[in-house]
Amino acid sequence: MLDKIGIAKRIAQEVKDRYYVNLGIGIPTLVANYVNKNIEVEFQSENGILGMGAFPYDEDVDADIINAGKQTITTLPGASFFDSATSFSMIRGKHVDLTILGAMEVSDNGDIANWKIPGKMVKGMGGAMDLVASAENIIVAMMHTNKVGESKLLKKCSLPLTGLNCVKKIVTNLAVLEVTSSGFQLLERAPGVSIETIKKATAGRLVVKGEIPEMKIS
Amino acid sequence: MINKKLLNAQEALVGIKSEMTIMLGGFGLCGIPENSISELVKLGVKNLTCISNNAGVDDFGLGLLLKDKQIDKMISSYVGENNEFERQMLSGELKVDLIPQGSLAERCRAAKSGIPAFFTPAGYGTEVGEGKESREFNGKMHLMETAFKADFSIVKAWKGDEAGNLIFKGTARNFNPNMCGAAKVTVAEVEELYPAGELDPNEIHVSGIFIQRIFEGKNYEKRIEQRTITNRQC
Repeated sequence: MLDKIGIAKRIAQEVKDRYYVNLGIGIPTLVANYVNKNIEVEFQSENGILGMGAFPYDEDVDADIINAGKQTITTLPGASFFDSATSFSMIRGKHVDLTILGAMEVSDNGDIANWKIPGKMVKGMGGAMDLVASAENIIVAMMHTNKVGESKLLKKCSLPLTGLNCVKKIVTNLAVLEVTSSGFQLLERAPGVSIETIKKATAGRLVVKGEIPEMKIS
Repeated sequence: MINKKLLNAQEALVGIKSEMTIMLGGFGLCGIPENSISELVKLGVKNLTCISNNAGVDDFGLGLLLKDKQIDKMISSYVGENNEFERQMLSGELKVDLIPQGSLAERCRAAKSGIPAFFTPAGYGTEVGEGKESREFNGKMHLMETAFKADFSIVKAWKGDEAGNLIFKGTARNFNPNMCGAAKVTVAEVEELYPAGELDPNEIHVSGIFIQRIFEGKNYEKRIEQRTITNRQC
């Protein structure tokens, strides 16, 4: 079974040369740390920066340079700043190649819910609805089950939706899955995790075809 | 040159009354009009509708207006950092319209640009789309979103000149340029205000035509919500 860093490491393998990538808050933010250093990638944060770098050294912290998670960050050579409408032109206009975000629930037809628990928690959708409605390449990073052990991979989302039929790939602490017309197709197992365990933790339709390899994580 | 310079927030916010709709720039606490928010607290105007991406934190930014119950309705995309906000929303004291961040930015830009409405795929098939006109373009469903209507727009920039030209710094830019000119009156507060002619016209981010009032703010706190750092390894 993977921890959050393991999930981030596995997703980092999906980041290809010359990609512009938008990272959501939480596990997705960690992905930047594990991307192959030999490829050219630029990270976009929807609050208005492209070419985002690592967290600053203590003495370089600048309150005017943050990411969408409100964390202080730095810029890399080639970086640019822009306004919010321009930022979403990049997103809506499909100029961003890959979107990685967290989720509370995903259904086996690719619907995603991640912004609201009615009567309990309302944080808002932020840029997630714009991202999932427009991006062609969306990977969800999340735990396979919630805190009380219930599956987050469902037949149908129970929470208010963020977007319809949009998730392409899911990387959890247990597995890598692809959303297909017949449901969640199991692509890889986390190290030491059996297909049986994944079946038990998946409430939506699960497709298991042939040999399922273990993920390779350095 | 048409001079827009005023002395302070008190002068710049003349005419703001209870019940008005006000746009405020900023993302989290980054690039928020701190001086103007303090002045709104002082003015004690009530029942405001505020259009702003976030709602501040409990004791800073728009959180200060929430604490004093000056806001009747918030139009935002993300409000996760504010406990008082969540309490007022869940108890029904505060009306909240949560909308996708890109739609929020574009509804500001549309208001600024004389575009009454536009179509976007964001939110289609979700509760955001309930009651909204939808239409198919290129085989994909889109929602119609309308331009905002606001009485005042209050933005924060790094540098400005008396003509109202603005330059922003870093990600403190965010919604500020989109809100300039998106209301009947746009007030800009800047960290450094220069005489006309001092700023290079090539470097201007927002032209002064979109700004009616400008003043130099003071004592910027620039609070950081998540101070994240890299440790130096020797």
